[in-house]
Amino acid sequence: MEVVEGTSRRVEARDASGRSPIPPAFRSLVWFLAILGSLMLAWELYKVVGRALEGTVPLPVRPDNKSMPHVWDILGVLFTRRLPNEPILLLVLLRESLFTFREALIGFAVGTTVGFALAIAFSQSRLLERAFMPYVVASQTVPLVAIAPIIVIWGAKIGWPVWISVSIISAYLVFFPVAINTLRGLRSPDPTAMELMRSYAAGRRDTLWKVQAPAAMPFIFSALKISATASVVGALVGELPSSLNQGLGRALLSFMYTFITGPEKLFAAILVASVLSMSFVGAIATAEHYVLRNRRGSR
Amino acid sequence: MSEHAVVAEGVGKVFNAGSSDQVEALKGIDLTIGAGEFVSLIGPSGCGKSTLLRLVGDLVQPSAGRLEVNGKTPHRARLDRDYAMVFQKATLLEWRTVGKNVQLPLEIMGVDKAERERRSREFLDLVQLAEFSDHYPWQLSGGMQQRVAIARGLVFDPALLLMDEPFGALDEMTRERMQMELMDIWRRTGKTVVFVTHSIPEAVFLSTRVVVMSPRPGRITDVIDIDLTQPRTFDTRESTPYYEKMTEVREALRAAGVGVE
Repeated sequence: MEVVEGTSRRVEARDASGRSPIPPAFRSLVWFLAILGSLMLAWELYKVVGRALEGTVPLPVRPDNKSMPHVWDILGVLFTRRLPNEPILLLVLLRESLFTFREALIGFAVGTTVGFALAIAFSQSRLLERAFMPYVVASQTVPLVAIAPIIVIWGAKIGWPVWISVSIISAYLVFFPVAINTLRGLRSPDPTAMELMRSYAAGRRDTLWKVQAPAAMPFIFSALKISATASVVGALVGELPSSLNQGLGRALLSFMYTFITGPEKLFAAILVASVLSMSFVGAIATAEHYVLRNRRGSR
Repeated sequence: MSEHAVVAEGVGKVFNAGSSDQVEALKGIDLTIGAGEFVSLIGPSGCGKSTLLRLVGDLVQPSAGRLEVNGKTPHRARLDRDYAMVFQKATLLEWRTVGKNVQLPLEIMGVDKAERERRSREFLDLVQLAEFSDHYPWQLSGGMQQRVAIARGLVFDPALLLMDEPFGALDEMTRERMQMELMDIWRRTGKTVVFVTHSIPEAVFLSTRVVVMSPRPGRITDVIDIDLTQPRTFDTRESTPYYEKMTEVREALRAAGVGVE
C-alpha cells in the first residue's frame, strides 16, 4: 500500500515538474507570438526614443523609416500587390518559401541520414572514429559562403537541377550536429546496461536498436532541432549564388537591391523566413513530445 | 548439466598489467560451487568479489587459472545463456514498460510474442508485480525496480543467478523483505545463486555457504558453511545459531585483517 502511494506521488510530482497535457507545439507558438510581439514593441520604442535623442547621442541604426520601417508598414506590405496582376506579397513569399522549404527538407533528410550513418559507424568502431572524425570536424571549419558557390558551379557542370545543389549545401550544414549528438547519444547508456546486454550474449544489432538507439533519442531530437534551422539557413544561403529565379533566398536578395525604395519588403521577407524555420522546429518539438512522452522528466 | 555450477582453480586477475597503475584484483582463487547452492561472496570494497562474479559471467577475462561454469568455459556458458546477472542498480530501460523490460532477454533470444507475454506475466506474478506490467520503471520504488530486475533475470530460466549487491541501494526494511522473497524464489526454482554482498546479516541469512574474501590482492581467506535450518523464516533472524554464524563470519573477516564495523 505504502509503495503504491509512493508511486502516485511520483506521478504527481512529475506532472507538477513541468509536464503539462498541452502539446509543446502550442506552448511554443504562444511563446513565439509573445516574443515576436515584444520585439515589435521594442522596435517601435527604439524609433520613438531614437528620434527624440537624434543628434545628441550616436545611435547604431538610424531610427528613420528608410532604415527601420514601422511594424505596421512591414505587416501591411505583406497584403499589398507589387503588380496589379500578382497575388499579395504574403502569398508570393509563401510560394517562394515552399520552394525553399522543399530544398531544406531534402537537405535535412539527406543530412540526417548521413549524420546517423556516421554516428552508427563511429559508435561501432573507435578506429573508424579516430580515422574519420577529424575530417568531419574539418568539414565544418570551411565557411559555408565559400563552399556554396563551388557546389553550385560543380552541380551545374554535372547538369543537375540547381535546387539539388542547394539541397546539398543544406545537407552539409545538417549532417554535422546530427552526427556529433547521435554519437554521444549512442554512447550514453549506463555501462551496466551494456554489461546486461553482453550477459544475454546479445549481438551488436540488438544492443544498437534495443539499448543505444532508444537512449540516444533525446540527443537526436536536440540535434534535429538545431539541424532544422540549419537546413533552412543552408537552403537560403545556397540560393544566393545560384541562378535560380525562385526561392526565399532569391527574394531576400532582390529585396536587398530595392531596399532604398521599399525597405519594408526585406523585413517582411525576413519575417516569413523566420516563421518558416520556427514552424520546422515546432514540428520536430511536437514529434519529440510524442516520442519521449513516457520518459522520466520528459519535457 | 554438470553437478558443479562453478569451478575455479588458481584464478587470478590483474588489471592494467604491465603499466604503473597495475592492480592485482584477484589471486589464487580456488572455489567450487555445487548446483543449487546459495553462495555469498563477502568482503570489504576492493577485495575483488565483484570481479570474481564478472569473471564467472565472462564480462571480464581472467589473467590466470581455470574457470568452469556449468561444466563449460564462461564464454560458452554466456553464449548458452546459462546465467543471469542482477546488478546493484536495477538497470531497467526507462523507455520500456515493466512488462517489456522483463521480456527484453526473451526478445534477444528470439522467443515469440505470445510466449514472451505469458512468461513475463508469470515472473512478474512471482515477484508480486503483476499489476504493474504497464507501468514505466520510474513510476516504481527502488525495491519494486529491483524485483523487476530479478523477474527479468529469471524469465529465461537460467541455471545460475549472479547477483552483485542487488539490495545494496535499498533501505533496511525493504532489504529484509526482498531477502525473504529471494529465499522463497530460490527454494521454489532451485537455481544456483552467487551473491555478492558486504552485509554480514544478509550473507548469513541467505546463504548455504559464505565465502570470506580480503583485499590486496583479492583472495579467499575462509569458507563458512551456514547450516541453519531451511526454510529460513522471520524467526531465523532471531535464533541463536544465526547470531553464532554472524559472529563466525565477523571473526573470519577480522582474521583476514579486515576491520569490521
